[in-house]
Amino acid sequence: MAEKPKVAFYWCASCGGCEESVVDLAEDILTVVSLVDIAFWPVAIDMKRKDVEAMADRSLTVSFINGSVRTSEQREMVELLRRKSAFVIAYGACSQYGGIPSLANLHSKEEIFDWVYHASPTVVNPAGTVPLERFDDGHGHTLKLPTFYETVRALDQVIDVDFYLPGCPPTPKLLKEAVLALLSGKLPPKGTVLAPDVALCDECPRRATKPEKLAIARFYRPHEIVPDPEKCFLAQGLPCMGIGTRKGCEALCIHGNMPCTGCFGPTSRTRDHGAKILSALASEVDATDEKKIEEILAGIPDPVGTFYRYGIASSMLRRKIVEGNGGVSA
Amino acid sequence: MTPATNGHDPKIVSLFCNWCTYIAADSEGVSRKQYPASTRVVRLMCSGRVDPQFVLDAFAKGADGVLIGGCHPGDCHYSEGNYKNLRRYSLLKRVLTEFGIDPRRLRLEWISASEGEKLAKVIREMTEELRALGPLNLPEKIARPEAVAMEA
Repeated sequence: MAEKPKVAFYWCASCGGCEESVVDLAEDILTVVSLVDIAFWPVAIDMKRKDVEAMADRSLTVSFINGSVRTSEQREMVELLRRKSAFVIAYGACSQYGGIPSLANLHSKEEIFDWVYHASPTVVNPAGTVPLERFDDGHGHTLKLPTFYETVRALDQVIDVDFYLPGCPPTPKLLKEAVLALLSGKLPPKGTVLAPDVALCDECPRRATKPEKLAIARFYRPHEIVPDPEKCFLAQGLPCMGIGTRKGCEALCIHGNMPCTGCFGPTSRTRDHGAKILSALASEVDATDEKKIEEILAGIPDPVGTFYRYGIASSMLRRKIVEGNGGVSA
Repeated sequence: MTPATNGHDPKIVSLFCNWCTYIAADSEGVSRKQYPASTRVVRLMCSGRVDPQFVLDAFAKGADGVLIGGCHPGDCHYSEGNYKNLRRYSLLKRVLTEFGIDPRRLRLEWISASEGEKLAKVIREMTEELRALGPLNLPEKIARPEAVAMEA
């Protein structure tokens, strides 16, 4: 019997939702498993780093890597998987664009540690204990922890990536199509995002209710309004990222009566997802007077968190900077 | 690391509307008037063509400031391009601030074709203001956390 192609799944800074989306293949997972061997998948199979190290270079057909890169351990693992794999697929928004974890790029490492171990009201830490990268217990034992980087990165800012599967998480349909495409050998050009290259409005069930001119006089946040289940969210004053976000999710959030938050990232014509959505939304504000414009736009209290929810790491600016000191953190 | 100095020559990327500010800049040149050589002018058909990506790209590639010049309210050649620009500008300033960039580095001015003197004054003012703010140095700052983390 010929050997089946080997596949690996790995997670970095992520929530586990991408792993779950593999399980969401449901009975289709049997099709996938009949075609490939899952050679490494820490969530489901008890294998260690040394097992991967023992594999021949490029002996894995494909590694699906989800999560952004936040620590030195994650960097080592993805570099290892890159060496062992013929193809690497960035799986999900965190891996593709930095994702939710890269919202932390609006803060320095110092600020994050201060909040998580001291300042947050839910923290009880009277001894002021903080994790150290190296700890000697005085009896000859040394404990080491990975380095926590200053900046969260998308996968392709650390290793070479062949293809991208977008989404938070990617849908089982896209995963299945990707696996079948890889097995058939009919591969798109390197760097392709394995989803349609058109904005979500194109497959939105509410498309017909989107007026030509939106003329937004007030922005609402989701808790301030009961959205009409049929009408375009933008026409209701709810910021919907669908206008600047790639389709392919089959409008899942829209079907749940929630506006798009942008997890599929931009189409290939856009270089900065957040800036493009900002441009599209702000242009539609129904005012010409500076003060009135600012008043309406105050209805978007967190523009970076709204427009760049999944993509600060891969945005043009990549992180918050500190003016004057030449560096990134105060 | 270049320390912030008051002696540096700021670089301003200027995005000027073809129908007003660009003509003003041109007429200042033709009349041999002087203004600081700090600005690199890009001619656009309308201030409404200013995509916020252009502004971020300018900063990311080393600009210390970005100046947008458009027609006075009511005077847009395409009737409302300048209003679209004003709306984006308002939100973009907030976004820049959240990314740690001083909002004074982005400036919008309505300058008609006959207001060459105003243009020269704005460029002088902005050059001085940016000089006081010091260099932004974004290319280096974007590259540096990379270097720091990758050495670790």
